[in-house]
Amino acid sequence: MNIEFVLNGRRVSAAADADDSLYKVLRGLGMYSVKCGCETTNCGLCTVHMDGRAVLSCSVPAARCAGHEITTLEGMQEEARRLGACLAGEGAEQCGYCAPGLMMNVFALAKENPHATDAEIDAFLAGNLCRCSGYVSQRKAIKTYLGMVCGEVRA
Amino acid sequence: MAKYKNYVVAQSLEEAYALNAKKSSVIVAGNMWLRMCGLNKQTAIDLSALGLDRIEETEDAFVIGSMAVLRSLETHEALNAAFGGVFRDALAPIVGTQFRNTATVGGSVYSRFGFSDVSALLLALHAQVLLYKRGAVSLSDYQKETWDRDIITHIRIPKGQRAAVRSVRVSETDIPVLVCAASVSGEGLRLVLGARPARAQIVAEHLAPDCGEETFEEIAAKTAFGGNLRASEAYRRKIAPVLMMRAAKACREVAQK
Ligand SMILES: Cc1cc2nc3c(=O)[nH]c(=O)nc-3n(C[C@H](O)[C@H](O)[C@H](O)COP(=O)(O)OP(=O)(O)OC[C@H]3O[C@@H](n4cnc5c(N)ncnc54)[C@H](O)[C@@H]3O)c2cc1C
Ligand code: FES
Ligand code: FES
Repeated sequence: MNIEFVLNGRRVSAAADADDSLYKVLRGLGMYSVKCGCETTNCGLCTVHMDGRAVLSCSVPAARCAGHEITTLEGMQEEARRLGACLAGEGAEQCGYCAPGLMMNVFALAKENPHATDAEIDAFLAGNLCRCSGYVSQRKAIKTYLGMVCGEVRA
Repeated sequence: MAKYKNYVVAQSLEEAYALNAKKSSVIVAGNMWLRMCGLNKQTAIDLSALGLDRIEETEDAFVIGSMAVLRSLETHEALNAAFGGVFRDALAPIVGTQFRNTATVGGSVYSRFGFSDVSALLLALHAQVLLYKRGAVSLSDYQKETWDRDIITHIRIPKGQRAAVRSVRVSETDIPVLVCAASVSGEGLRLVLGARPARAQIVAEHLAPDCGEETFEEIAAKTAFGGNLRASEAYRRKIAPVLMMRAAKACREVAQK
């Protein structure tokens, strides 16, 4: 089948099998920021936005995306630079494999609750696993980024 | 991973029901569980175009479409205000926000997972399952049935109750080792235990909301528990009275607000 949807603001058309995941189709379209870790909905690596909501692309059927808007990190480069600088500033990454999925979920958090407390940040990002860096430095970086989003300095 | 030959976005419930009559078809809701099942089906039936994702408030109930995602229940202000914020608290430990943006209430109720926080909570809240052909069935009956081919259209929750859920997990976003959902309504206190690890079950009802500790010990003594990789039968039996006591206390507190 052929699926038409809006990818990072541009209308695209992609061939897909009935049981293909959105992840597979996005990789086929060259969206290499989208990573696959567990394929069992547990790690958050494959996070993208569907109509503005963070979803796990490993589990969303590609066929369901027809007519919808999909955003990957490739479509949010300016924000990625800002958040990436915060993460680098805190030494919050080692291998960096988790970063694209984490960033996409942080953008969703920034939209929904930019004033999130530590506990709210932890709860919102609980589905994004990182096996290298530990979460403390990530949380610090995210607080700095959220501060930039809402124009506040956050300790 | 699940294999489908055709993917049909149903345009009506009648179409979905007719397609689903064949054993070679399967309804796809959030697809979170289904995709891991290793099924090999001719036709996947997608319900996402049927407007079943809405949460509606009537005079005496909330009617939740089967395709409503768990996160929409968690963040729905009126729903949480009506039942003491229980959806916000009880659904938050399920995997992650992205997961709950896709997993549906209908997929949870249909599956009747032993570990389900969702089924335990809805059972405590006297929920009804609205099926396309069979009409309304109480969730407590539906929980006991085997999987059939009817389609869940909505879940109906009567107003006038407050609820609280307490669970124990090995790690934060894992499935629960034991879950207790409590509700207080005009009929008194109802207690549900899930992840025993069998299907959630009403273990007591019509209790006085302020019943004493010995009541929870007695209920645990009469309830069947089992062991699995996450916890032994003895461990579940030991923590059950404490979990029931905490859920009942939390429920009394929200009922007084
Ligand atoms: C890794 C993982 C961890 C989980 N952890 C928890 C947890 O901690 N607590 C918890 O409560 N739950 C947990 N769940 C279960 C989850 O919350 C959902 O119940 C599950 O994903 C099914 O919902 P779905 O929308 O994805 O349904 P699907 O996977 O799409 O469907 C599940 C089944 O329901 C059928 N179905 C779906 N909708 C309907 C309908 N309207 N009418 C008839 N049949 C229908 C499908 O045909 C299929 O057989 C977990 C699931 C996974 C995959
Ligand atoms: S690859 Fe999708 S959640 Fe892990
Ligand atoms: S930095 Fe390696 S997994 Fe997060």
